[in-house]
Amino acid sequence: MPKDHGIGASPKRREDVRFLSGTGNYTDDIQINGQAYVHFLRSDIAHAKIRSIDTTAAAAMPGVVRIFTGADFEGIGGIPCGWQVTDRHGEPMQEPAHPVLAQGKVRYVGDQIAAVVADTIEQARDAAEAIDVDLEELPAVVDMKAALEESAPKVHDDLTSNLCYDWGFVEENKPAVDAAFEAAAHVTTLELRNNRLIANPMEPRVAIGDFNRATGDSTLYTTSQNPHVIRLLMGAFVLGIPEHKLRVVAPDVGGGFGTKIFHYAEEAFCTFAAKSLNRAVKWTSTRSEAFISDAHGRDHVTKIELALDADNNFTALRTDTHANMGAYLSTFAPSVPTWLHGTLMAGNYKTPLIYVNVKAVFTNTVPVDAYRGAGRPEATYQLERLIDKAALELGVDPIALRRQNFITEFPYATPVAVEYDTGDYHGTMDALECMADISGFEARRKESEARGKLRGFGVNCYIEACGIAPSNLVGQLGARAGLYESATVRVNATGGIVVMTGSHSHGQGHETSFPQVIAEMIGIDESMVEIEHGDTANTPMGMGTYGSRSIAVGGSAMVRATEKIIAKAKKIAAHLMEASEADIELKDGAFSVAGTDKSVAWGDVTLAAYVPHNYPLEDIEPGLEETAFYDPANFTYPSGAYACEVEVDPDTGKVTIEAFNAADDFGNIINPMIVDGQVHGGIGQGIGQALLENASYDENGQLLSASYMDYAMPRASDVPFFGVDHSSQTPCTHNPLGVKGCGEAGAIGSPPAVVNAVVDALRSGGHDVTHIDMPVSPSRVWQAMNG
Amino acid sequence: MYNFEFEKPSTIADAVASLAEEDVLALGGGQTLLPTMKQRLASPSKVVSLKAIAEMQGICVADDGSVCIGGTTTHAEVASGEEVFPGLAALAGGIGDPAVRARGTIGGSLANNDPAACYPAAALGAGATIVTNARHIAADDYFQGMFTTALEEGEIITEVRFPIPEASNYQKFEQPASRFALVGVFVAKVADGVRVAVTGASEDGVFRWSEAETALSTNFTAGAIAELTLSEDGMISDLHGTGAYRAHLVGVLTRRAVAAAS
Repeated sequence: MPKDHGIGASPKRREDVRFLSGTGNYTDDIQINGQAYVHFLRSDIAHAKIRSIDTTAAAAMPGVVRIFTGADFEGIGGIPCGWQVTDRHGEPMQEPAHPVLAQGKVRYVGDQIAAVVADTIEQARDAAEAIDVDLEELPAVVDMKAALEESAPKVHDDLTSNLCYDWGFVEENKPAVDAAFEAAAHVTTLELRNNRLIANPMEPRVAIGDFNRATGDSTLYTTSQNPHVIRLLMGAFVLGIPEHKLRVVAPDVGGGFGTKIFHYAEEAFCTFAAKSLNRAVKWTSTRSEAFISDAHGRDHVTKIELALDADNNFTALRTDTHANMGAYLSTFAPSVPTWLHGTLMAGNYKTPLIYVNVKAVFTNTVPVDAYRGAGRPEATYQLERLIDKAALELGVDPIALRRQNFITEFPYATPVAVEYDTGDYHGTMDALECMADISGFEARRKESEARGKLRGFGVNCYIEACGIAPSNLVGQLGARAGLYESATVRVNATGGIVVMTGSHSHGQGHETSFPQVIAEMIGIDESMVEIEHGDTANTPMGMGTYGSRSIAVGGSAMVRATEKIIAKAKKIAAHLMEASEADIELKDGAFSVAGTDKSVAWGDVTLAAYVPHNYPLEDIEPGLEETAFYDPANFTYPSGAYACEVEVDPDTGKVTIEAFNAADDFGNIINPMIVDGQVHGGIGQGIGQALLENASYDENGQLLSASYMDYAMPRASDVPFFGVDHSSQTPCTHNPLGVKGCGEAGAIGSPPAVVNAVVDALRSGGHDVTHIDMPVSPSRVWQAMNG
Repeated sequence: MYNFEFEKPSTIADAVASLAEEDVLALGGGQTLLPTMKQRLASPSKVVSLKAIAEMQGICVADDGSVCIGGTTTHAEVASGEEVFPGLAALAGGIGDPAVRARGTIGGSLANNDPAACYPAAALGAGATIVTNARHIAADDYFQGMFTTALEEGEIITEVRFPIPEASNYQKFEQPASRFALVGVFVAKVADGVRVAVTGASEDGVFRWSEAETALSTNFTAGAIAELTLSEDGMISDLHGTGAYRAHLVGVLTRRAVAAAS
């Protein structure tokens, strides 16, 4: 029987009622009396020296309040980077200044030259057109390898080159890895690109700065996955406003996928301008602006090599990656190709020796940062494509080759510095093989061939590090922040509960799943629990939602706070029943004395806490409210096996996904329906990356795919009904819920299965194809088939 | 979007008079003009909507058997006319999405002559006549390169007349992002032969593939053009496909259209 209550039940998402009925409260829904509007004049040239900016005519236009340029931000902090990577030689990465508005140069198409604040947005746009900007165009660098050549134009004149860092991991392993390649019976090599993506959340970014002259307090309303992080970064590093004078509110957030983690210049601008003008200032990104101002994702170019012994055991792995940083360092950009990528290169396999080299490069493009999966999709894609290629070269079954090399003993310390606590890779593969009906594939292939189509089957495994992250560890790795999470559990007098969490849903369903945990722990109905999040004024300092961390880290903080609540409530119950605290049991929302029929209801105890008439005031305080901060002991390691079945039209190269099956091990699961939905969405985006999406620049730094006319988003008709299985569950050993996190798995695990399947289909048609870069578009497939 | 004046005349004469003024643009369904204005890439001082002109709406069959489609007839209305002209109805039903089809008009599409639009292939392929407030223009004379037509300044398409082919079919291969035609081919078997019109592929906009027409006129089967190829010279090459790929698709889609029509 499926549960109808608590952990493991699938109540429908309570937040969906407002999301689906148009009654949500998104940032753009907020209207502040007297608010002005800002329009950013953005560079349409990728690289140029700013000779002059004349705002005289524009400033005199109707409705213009003030026009700001880089000069207004001299002496004010730039946008900070939250992670410092140390290179192979022990030197810190090169870290350029990142001004709120461009100073001296523009460095990508979209870089902000000026900001026009006016009474209406149309007036601001009109005035922006009247600004006279004299730009001296400079040669742009777009290609990462070209950017590292001696003669390349420099994105930042004050840096020694366009190289942000040259990272080796684990540097000490390099000689042993190279020796293993010398000794290998077989070496498989693959060169590939992980295509650049644009997240495209349904809700574009919005920021509203407000200032209260009476109190001197600033407020920023913003589309953020982590309002506390924005408050700290912007307050401390950009504008110099202490946290107690700055409130950051992120109300309902309509999707983020990582791109709303980062602190953006528009947020700092609106907060700064509101104070300067003593008037609220609102910015709402257009969709066109989002393409050239939201941080992009991925964009790695990699050469990867696998060494195998004569028995097809993996003996060593070596990678050489160029990772695009764009023109500036976005908040977590340096960590993505390093600690979120290099540490995952072992995958699900017991490869004993691994060396990862990553060169992060500045180019005249939009900054690149975390996007759903962040580093882990890049690691998974190259490794799982490589294993398929090795299987091909060796003439062995790709599943058997994987199984032979699976890690089976846990905990397992990888050669890339992480320790997997639990996993069952054969278990997820068994589940997958069953779901995907592999034995029926040949018949399906024949049926496709009879219709003139090529059919292919592709499989891959994945591992990811989630539940981000142990603060001590990430501190050693260069993080400039802790990555704990917080929760305050406030029990009201009549027994209802409000949980104030530092996590912040941008679509994940926290308002539904978090109460399930409390309901399970106390034995009360979920409807008695509400979640508050997104406002620094009424939630404890927390680090927000990304890296599949909310239930694993935020949920754990909530469990710890609830444990404190239960401990105190038991004391009160013991007093009410004149029993020993040690004998009090909590079950189904009632406290009882072991071995007796005495009991008091949850509501009686909570009322006593706030109406402390018969109450041991000398021993315990009134009230029932507890806070906990939880810092995880390790990452969590969700894993799984995915299979994709495609049909290729050999006449046109068009790929259709006929079946997609996913077997995941997320450890314990709070709400299976929400987990299914997370996996569905992730696979949808993974298929988008594999087949459709591509942020493409020309050699001058113009974004060619700068609208939906050229940037292909996945639609419902592009994906099949997914098969999803979570029956393989190896609970996390180090968090109280035994959960691992599920938000990114689909996007991490699906692209290689799609490409593996397409290559398999083409080979079945006699085409000697071993790799096609994503997106595997019709024209690329046709090209691959036709040399 | 900049400020502009808006008029919605109820007669062709009034519309033509308004359009004679300086810097005025006609508005059909607004599926191209409005996004362009929103992006501030067009800034007419006045927009004249043609949607209130009753005589420019709807579908009828003329005495000579041809289908007459009013210039402001929406794609959705054309799509519903399967029994009259199935090849054209199917083409209209494949344009954009339901929202686009509910607003977009045949006259607007043909006046704009987007090189990846579907309607130009049907008009040229079926040998339609473009009827304006001033004259009748044969499709063969009407299309003059991408976004370029025989229309004079201020001239509006009041009606499009399609002779009904004996058989016809439109095959579209969608550009993955926009879902416009990466290549679209309209094949029509008419009394005096076969017409093949290709959209999406050429830098000169919609065109007739005369070698295929010749081959198909004597033998209207896909096999008749199995070996026929089209040069990639002058084909569009962009993010979504090279000229060679488009030239190849023209062959594939023509064969499919013939197979579906015959």
